[in-house]
Amino acid sequence: MSKKNSIFKLLSQKPWDPDQAKLDNLHEGSTLDISKGKLGLRYLMIISTIFFCLFIVTYSDRLVYQDWKSMPEPILLWLNTLLLVITSAVFISAQIASNKNNFEIVKNRMIAIGLLSFLFLLGQLLVWQQMIDQGYYVSSNPANAYFYVFTALHGLHLLGGLVYWMMTIKKVWNPKDIIVMKAKHTVELCAIYWHFLLAVWVVLFGLMLLT
Amino acid sequence: MAADSYEDIAVGKGDPIPALEVKPQDLYHAKSFWTRWIFCQDAKVIGIQYSLTAIAIGLVALVLSWLMRLQLAFPELVPFLGAAEYYQFVTMHGMIMVIYLLTALFLGGFGNFLIPLMVGARDMVFPYVNMVSFWVYFLAVLVLAASFFVPGGPTGAGWTLYPPQAITSGTPGGDGLGIILMLVSLSIFVVGFTMGGLNYVITILQARTRGMTLMRMPLTIWGIFTATVLALFAFPALIVSCIMMTLDNLLGTSFFMPAIVEFGEQSEYSGGSPILFQHLFWFFGHPEVYIVALPAFGIVSDLISIHARKNIFGYRMMVWAIVIIGALSFIVWAHHMYVAGMNPWFGFFFATTTLIIAVPTALKVYNWVITLWKGNIQLTIPMLFALGFIVTFVNGGITGLFLGNVIVDVPLSDTYFVVAHFHMVMGIAPVLVVFGAIYHWFPLITGRFLHEGMGKFHFWVTFLGSYAIYFPMHYLGFVGVPRRYYEMYDSEFMAVSTNYLNQFITVMAIIVGFAQLLFLFNIIVSSKFGKLSGKNPWKACSLEWRTPEVPPGHGNFGKELPVVYRWAYDFSVPGAKEDYIPQDVGPSEVPEAKAEQT
Amino acid sequence: MLVAFILFLVIVGSIVFHFWTPWWWTEVASNWGNIDDTIILTFWVTGAVFVAVCLFMSYCVWRFRYKEDRRADYEPESPRLEWFLTILTTIGVCALLAPGLIVWNKYVTVPEDAVDIEVMGQQWYWNYRLPGPDGKLGLTDLRNITEDNPFGMNLDDPNGLDDILIEADDLHILLGQSVKVNLRSIDVLHDFYVPQFRAKMDMVPGTVTYYWFTPTRTGDFEILCMEYCGTGHYAMKGRVLVDNEEDYKEWLSEQINFEEYMASLNKTELIQLALNNKETD
Repeated sequence: MSKKNSIFKLLSQKPWDPDQAKLDNLHEGSTLDISKGKLGLRYLMIISTIFFCLFIVTYSDRLVYQDWKSMPEPILLWLNTLLLVITSAVFISAQIASNKNNFEIVKNRMIAIGLLSFLFLLGQLLVWQQMIDQGYYVSSNPANAYFYVFTALHGLHLLGGLVYWMMTIKKVWNPKDIIVMKAKHTVELCAIYWHFLLAVWVVLFGLMLLT
Repeated sequence: MAADSYEDIAVGKGDPIPALEVKPQDLYHAKSFWTRWIFCQDAKVIGIQYSLTAIAIGLVALVLSWLMRLQLAFPELVPFLGAAEYYQFVTMHGMIMVIYLLTALFLGGFGNFLIPLMVGARDMVFPYVNMVSFWVYFLAVLVLAASFFVPGGPTGAGWTLYPPQAITSGTPGGDGLGIILMLVSLSIFVVGFTMGGLNYVITILQARTRGMTLMRMPLTIWGIFTATVLALFAFPALIVSCIMMTLDNLLGTSFFMPAIVEFGEQSEYSGGSPILFQHLFWFFGHPEVYIVALPAFGIVSDLISIHARKNIFGYRMMVWAIVIIGALSFIVWAHHMYVAGMNPWFGFFFATTTLIIAVPTALKVYNWVITLWKGNIQLTIPMLFALGFIVTFVNGGITGLFLGNVIVDVPLSDTYFVVAHFHMVMGIAPVLVVFGAIYHWFPLITGRFLHEGMGKFHFWVTFLGSYAIYFPMHYLGFVGVPRRYYEMYDSEFMAVSTNYLNQFITVMAIIVGFAQLLFLFNIIVSSKFGKLSGKNPWKACSLEWRTPEVPPGHGNFGKELPVVYRWAYDFSVPGAKEDYIPQDVGPSEVPEAKAEQT
Repeated sequence: MLVAFILFLVIVGSIVFHFWTPWWWTEVASNWGNIDDTIILTFWVTGAVFVAVCLFMSYCVWRFRYKEDRRADYEPESPRLEWFLTILTTIGVCALLAPGLIVWNKYVTVPEDAVDIEVMGQQWYWNYRLPGPDGKLGLTDLRNITEDNPFGMNLDDPNGLDDILIEADDLHILLGQSVKVNLRSIDVLHDFYVPQFRAKMDMVPGTVTYYWFTPTRTGDFEILCMEYCGTGHYAMKGRVLVDNEEDYKEWLSEQINFEEYMASLNKTELIQLALNNKETD
């Protein structure tokens, strides 16, 4: 049965009906077969997606006007993108290691991820520096304004991710038996978020390249 | 119902994380005064913290409204109130009431207090995030309040903050810190609210007790749930527009700012679109109306059902209506912009969608009054407020049909008709529900009733008084009296008597305002000396009244979570001894009760 | 008992107030009388619903008031009743929407014979521009605005030379002549509204908005700004006079056009380009 169907079915139950009551009494209490952490992360990713989508809508609204002047894409921006891709790749390997309970590898992958992420942020700041030196100020053209806004907001999201990364580190470095599962779970959530940020960046960067 | 649908709703395993070494209820036990009352992770305390903060800042807004009304009717009494101050007060009154009072109170206050109790959970799923959410909200309120004390004062841009005027020098607070603090405060609010919303949604979806299917939840929970999901989609638009406007203001970008000539000076801006801001703002702003209204719908359904001793009529229709209204609320936003200069052809689309929303909304109203039919209506104070809600909501709802119908909106927009409409429908109506809900759940919070005499007085003054304020105010709008006018005595198209009506409205507003002070007094006194209520004084069915202690302690339900066997509306079931069967009473305990099969 | 009676009185009071209110709209002075008709229609339909729902409610409150020995009915839902109410409401909504959209269509469709005029709002007064004998408004750009050129006229556009400029003074329009009001703002949002004309539209810096109407009676009307525009919003008023042909001509002859305006400032050299373009045409 398709999922859509089931939502309609679910909403058309008659809770007062004795037959329905027999089914309902067996209900465990949760609606989705997914952990709270993962659902919470999805919730936040949906909000972020809407957030960036609204920016993109205003961007596409604005760029049709004549005063729009595209910005150059410095080489450094490509390098930064590459950094993000590598980070995601490292994360995949960390995930594989954590699934095998090989936390020594996870530890060293997590450190690599942190370094790469800081490098990325530093790289973005360098790009800003270059742009400002070349006279592309935030107020001189809407294209510039969007460039700075997109990079800044993406960077802030990454900073937020780094806070979670620290919590992950704390859990991975504390290999008591009882929380192995928890550490695994955290590594997984952290990885999902990083992949999400990569996707966001690819979309934003692609958008700026194409226009 | 076919057995195969069961698999979709009652899924197995859930969390892959094994149980923690400590039992859940031990987790929440507070260790000191600080963790018990200040940095508390118990959703009930957080709910009360939210409510008190919201009421405190709401009192500021109440005083501002008195000053505004005095200026309009008796300007000689408030000589210190200049045009700039008047506009600042209008702005702050609107912003505080809509965002910092109503949104925070319904979702932060009632949401936190009721969700875990009503769905049978020990607490929210992320208690720590929940606590942070409150403190972030508190910070937002502080930043907002701080804007009263900065040079230039708070922003006077109107609560809609339309650019360009919001950040130009012709508007009070527009070229100073006022507008910046407002935008920052709103952004902080959104961040805090997102954390809270995360908890509400996931707790409702994942942390219900055994047997509590979605369709067994009380409508209060449905209302809060849908409102939170709306907020999830709508608030990003607010924060996006805040960010872009802040950049326009501070860094001179031109997202919303076109080239303008301000008092003879050419500006540096060029090419931005003020209408784009309005689209973003109302893409948030219209769902915001329902973020306030849907919890009110849900709560009032429960109040009516409980105090009429009858199940809510058409429960399924009520749920569908909530969901449909929520979904439709995202495609009607531009009805706030019919005369804003957007493409006139949009008018056809948005007028149609707006009037379609009237259908599910009307059905909800019908179902409320049909619930009363053949009920056994106890005219308790919560019931009185619910009845008052129906009158004011229907009144405010039908004036929405005036304003939603694009051509009728043309002469009426930006007049007092609009002011009367939105105060009736999203000011008075939800506030009456807030009061009703407080009278209803006060025994659960404190174990005592609110004083009944004072309560009745409070109801009649508030209901009749505010009806007398806003019903005639529509007619000022027909005359054409514009809103947001600091004074308006010299216009000859208005009869002299219009000023008398204005004065009448002001007098009523002051009386109604004082009645709220009596209500606060009642709360303070009754929480200490009120009549003891005992358990479940209203004989309600939902789980929040089934806790072992009243008021409920940490972890809500003592050692074992309740198991749910029925929906929340088993009132007056034929054959049963009592006229209510609580949700956690199993079928074997009431063998004689026979539910009809419709 | 008392509660039901007070609720009943509130409804009856509302009806009485509606029919006896001294506060009602001004006598219409434009062709938009049918906007008033849509309002009246909305009043009847929605008013009936309001009265019916509230009276039914107060009846229930009286009829089914609490009695110890009585049991409420048990009735989870009634699909037939709910469908009936849904359909009835939908019909009511359509009855409101259809006429509304028809009139709106008329509102946004400017007739061929309408004369263009321009209203330019700025903090906190009104300026007007009439097209002059050629019937065309000259092009403008906000960037052209200087002390000598308060309207920001394009200095190379010959169509603008005969435009009649009215700065912060009364506007006159001709009785029975449809006008398309082009709305322009140079600083913040404004809204040009005359209660007796019923029509309004915001003016937005950066774009030109419009509406149209036909004045149907002579008189002297007050213009209000209806979109909040800063501290002086409430004082942003003006006057528009609807004249018969004779008065209108007389008034028109007293006004000066852009060319004369520049000449009066001794700045004719600024519009040399426009004058040249005019000759080559």
